[in-house]
Amino acid sequence: MNTIPLSAVDLVLAAALLIVNGIISLVFGLRLERSLAIAAIRMVVQLSVVGYVLKFVFEQTSPVWTALVALVMVLVAGIELIQRRERRPRGWLAYGLGNATLLLAGGLATLYAATIVIGPSPWYAPRYVLPILGMVLGNTLTSISLALQTLNEGAERERGAMEARIGLGPTRLQAFSGLLRQSLRTATTPLLNSMAVAGVVTLPGMMAGQILAGADPNEAAKYQIMILFVLAGASGLGAFAAALGSVFLMTDARHRLRLDRQAGARRGANQNS
Amino acid sequence: MLRVDYLAVPGLPTLSFEVATGECLAVEGPSGSGKTRMLRALADLDPADGYVHLDGVERGEIKGPQWRRHVRYASAEPAWWAPTGGEHFPKSARLDRLLSALALDEGHLSRPIAELSTGERQRLGLIRALVDEPRVLLLDEPTSALDTTSAAMVEELIKYQLLAERIVLLVSHDVAQIERLAHARLQLAATTFRRSEGAAA
Repeated sequence: MNTIPLSAVDLVLAAALLIVNGIISLVFGLRLERSLAIAAIRMVVQLSVVGYVLKFVFEQTSPVWTALVALVMVLVAGIELIQRRERRPRGWLAYGLGNATLLLAGGLATLYAATIVIGPSPWYAPRYVLPILGMVLGNTLTSISLALQTLNEGAERERGAMEARIGLGPTRLQAFSGLLRQSLRTATTPLLNSMAVAGVVTLPGMMAGQILAGADPNEAAKYQIMILFVLAGASGLGAFAAALGSVFLMTDARHRLRLDRQAGARRGANQNS
Repeated sequence: MLRVDYLAVPGLPTLSFEVATGECLAVEGPSGSGKTRMLRALADLDPADGYVHLDGVERGEIKGPQWRRHVRYASAEPAWWAPTGGEHFPKSARLDRLLSALALDEGHLSRPIAELSTGERQRLGLIRALVDEPRVLLLDEPTSALDTTSAAMVEELIKYQLLAERIVLLVSHDVAQIERLAHARLQLAATTFRRSEGAAA
């Protein structure tokens, strides 16, 4: 690797930039000093630990360790997905829906990218599988939560129209067709945007990282193109599966609208970071 | 024939009654007595224990959507899912007949729903409920927003539905209208209910 290694002093110098935020907070009375310090310390600890864990796992190159880390990543993403939802789902099925679709879409896309597209040896090489899984989970998480939010809020807001429609005798999928389309469109928007601006307005994080780490920009670009296609597949599949599952959770076997089973109390708007 | 046995609508006493083909049953009771809830339960829009038979077929024997194609609930304030009325039903000769029966025309179908008057929306909602000819009509205050002339047209349409061998359950606060249309009455009250056969006061 022809990267310039960063020393502890270099990191302290970088951390000095956080003081700018501290000063702004003090001058304008934002009272964010404490939160800023805690968030910064958390970030340092989390990333350092991840660095050590990944180094250890990469050295092992064992399918068991790779699977274990992947499992932890999926679980953490699942918790994040639940916390992002404004309306708490009721019942373990609703909780499980997001996580199951995340696992399905994230797992499939990552396996496809790692084994068929890249084809490292061995196929479970953690150096390839885990970073891809991380990016896939992050993006799928966003599109699933957008799809579910659009669908659930839409059903709640247009409850009267949904009831009127169901009263005329369509099946639940026919009755939800408009909202389903709308939620999938919303879930796809961030992906469309990031593909449209990739390389022009923003240099995607992964590509920037590879270039900083000394990779050939052409190779970095090819990897980024591959990753964006994988992310597209994963978030599309995830949003579709989650939205479809959500329709079944918001209705019952008699195709009635059952928002009573789906929606819980609204969480405070400022509770989320 | 519509036969209801031990229908347990949450918050209401258990209900049992029959309505013969071609007959209209008026459902009466003060506001909040559960008239709408009962109609919604009959259309299988809300869960309710008990048995509802239409021509010998119990609602659990067929799928929910299929039941609702035969047993149709029409709300007093119909809700809409598309910008214009015309997008809510396919064009047909039957639609044209219903429109002219209620003094509406093509223009009402192409205009945005929000620009129609409350009464026009209510008449369009009734047409939406009738256009695919369901067997049972659960009409929740079908003339609440209508002037006398329009209300008379709706009553004529209801009478025609009865002649065409349909079954009508009618919620109305218009006593005279009930006398004109209903063959029997069902009285709902918060705690008790009683049924009086054709007993016009």
